[in-house]
Amino acid sequence: MSKGIMYIDDQRVEFDGEKNVLAVIRKAGIDMPTFCYYSELSTYGACRMCVVENEWGGIDASCSMQPKDGMRIKTNTLKLRKHRKMILELLLAAHCRDCTTCDKNGKCKLQELAKQFGITRVRFNDTREEMEPDNSSPAIVRNPNKCILCGDCVRVCSEIQGMGVLDFAFRGSRLQVMPAFNRKMSETNCISCGQCAAVCPTGAITIKKDIDKVWEAIYDKKKRVIVQIAPAVRVALGEEFGLPAGENVLGKLVAALKMVGFDHVYDTTLGADLTVMEESKEFLKRLENGGPFPMFTSCCPAWVRYIETQKPEMLENISSCKSPMQMFGATAKEHYRSMESVDEKETIVVAIMPCTAKKYEAAREEFQKNGIRDIDYVLTTQEAAAMIKECGIVLDELENETPGMPFGMGSGAGVIFGATGGVAEAVIRRCVPKKDSKTLKELEFCGVRGMDYVKEASIDVDGREIKIAVVHGLKNAQELIKKIENKEVYYDLIEVMACKGGCVGGAGQPFGQTDKKIKRAEGLYNADRLSQIKRSEENPMVMSLYNGVLKKNKHELLHVHYGNGDGK
Amino acid sequence: MGNKLDFAKADEILAQYGKKESGLIAIMQDIQAEYRYLPKEILEYVAKELGISIAKVYSVATFYENFSLEPKGKYVIRICDGTACHVRKSIPILEKLRSELGLSAKKHTTDDMLFTVETVSCLGACGLAPVLTVNDEVHAAMTPEKAVELIEKLKKEAALDE
Repeated sequence: MSKGIMYIDDQRVEFDGEKNVLAVIRKAGIDMPTFCYYSELSTYGACRMCVVENEWGGIDASCSMQPKDGMRIKTNTLKLRKHRKMILELLLAAHCRDCTTCDKNGKCKLQELAKQFGITRVRFNDTREEMEPDNSSPAIVRNPNKCILCGDCVRVCSEIQGMGVLDFAFRGSRLQVMPAFNRKMSETNCISCGQCAAVCPTGAITIKKDIDKVWEAIYDKKKRVIVQIAPAVRVALGEEFGLPAGENVLGKLVAALKMVGFDHVYDTTLGADLTVMEESKEFLKRLENGGPFPMFTSCCPAWVRYIETQKPEMLENISSCKSPMQMFGATAKEHYRSMESVDEKETIVVAIMPCTAKKYEAAREEFQKNGIRDIDYVLTTQEAAAMIKECGIVLDELENETPGMPFGMGSGAGVIFGATGGVAEAVIRRCVPKKDSKTLKELEFCGVRGMDYVKEASIDVDGREIKIAVVHGLKNAQELIKKIENKEVYYDLIEVMACKGGCVGGAGQPFGQTDKKIKRAEGLYNADRLSQIKRSEENPMVMSLYNGVLKKNKHELLHVHYGNGDGK
Repeated sequence: MGNKLDFAKADEILAQYGKKESGLIAIMQDIQAEYRYLPKEILEYVAKELGISIAKVYSVATFYENFSLEPKGKYVIRICDGTACHVRKSIPILEKLRSELGLSAKKHTTDDMLFTVETVSCLGACGLAPVLTVNDEVHAAMTPEKAVELIEKLKKEAALDE
């Protein structure tokens, strides 16, 4: 890593290990525009918006240049301004410009930069043929007419998720981003994680919306619409209303959702507690029966789909537990079934999730009974925020309310599900025999928290050393599997979350890079710290459900056998 | 052809290049030489064996003009439309061949899978302009009439082969 001094617009700036000149410029307080640059992805250097002028009048892309001691660059010259405006104008010329009705309206990088650089006219005609948008995926919509070929989706899909569903095809003026053979997304091995949509600067890849269907249900007097809020949502939704990342807005969100018109507002954390109970039981049973190990967590639907389609031989290693969302859905529908004959209202379960793959999960056949889904609609954090905004509700001014009963109470162990390592920690809390607060504190530092890609921990359960791994970012999981297959490593329990940072970094969340994900995770750990109930088994609602609605068909409601890869 | 694909040939080719990602282009060239195009199923197989995504393989296959994802005819006719051939009237030859064979700018191969007609930017034989090749055989100083004669000859040759 190099160190030194460089001059940016004649201003002296020290650099120390920054990976490129762009990072040094941003450190100096200049917000250099980019389309194709994310610090977490490899440098592509395609958009040329981050260009700078060197001492000799040449133009270089700052993202693709290493800082050198004594280097002098300018970021604001006549030449650069012309250059950037021309790029924007050319991009706009080959772009479908229906901004006011575009899904990305107000959140589009192209729109933002066109405004910033004062592009008021496009001199060139759009000569491209219009292409059909692809609506086939349950989670995302791909509209090639809005693609600016930055390649962000291509890189996030292969570098972070290890899937490589999207890539460039053809070349020159015919260049496009598409799946192989221009297949529909539903015909690819896409896991619906939605990270491509999260990084897309324009409306070329967007998340499928279910807002209209939810409004219809809310306005329907014959429907009882209940909603569950996933742990990770509470620490990110505030960002949509100008609050800092990590601020827990659960209380205000509950109040807002009631104003929106939901009949009952509940907490998915209860579902997470059920998952902890079932998953630890399954794990202890596997310990008794000698395997199969490793046992993989099953909360992440993108991960489950990956195993089903790419590694079916490992299906037995996936926990049979449904995800918290589905456990909640099955239990809630069962609970309200008896009431339906009395008030003649159909129960609709809506889930607010940080995740796009949850839309896919909710539609799977395993989670339907006689054509009725356990989860009727999944809204992302962003969709929930949009509904609240549509009502004109000022979130920040609302008084806190708590989620209702019987599905509104969750433990601290359930809340931390939203951060990478949370599921593992919650299961550990359940499995270790010692329950004092000192042990709890020690568990916090056993190695499952934090943003390292692969985290390891070992704990003692009845004299046996249990080896645990936590991995996030599907590509990291794939690499870990390879090591397991080559017998380089051994683990008993592995938590896998497809998105980096776990659910707090899901594609349904407001867009944010690692710094925001860390703040959101902190927000969840704070919620855990403030919660009176730290362990799932101590949640009184969990116990009352086991003695009540779950008493008869616990297994059917809480477990599932995966294996149908295309589960439509 | 095209009904049953022989994966053994693909295996042979893959083995020859040591199943390395870096060998992708060479592997696809050999596959095209063997199957006369890049069959979808074979590309899927190659991607799996090399451990790269099928989208990446498709990306490379569509980048190069020389790779074809569609089956080509027994006789691939390439008409040079480089500068020298163009000024010496290569386009009327192309048009004649297309009308004679019922082809167009979008349809390159005859339904009987006998002929494929394509243009090529330069064959490097400007002294022989206008020039065309049939598979790898060069035909110099062509005219539309000579091209029609050539097609008739090839049709007879194909009939004899049957």
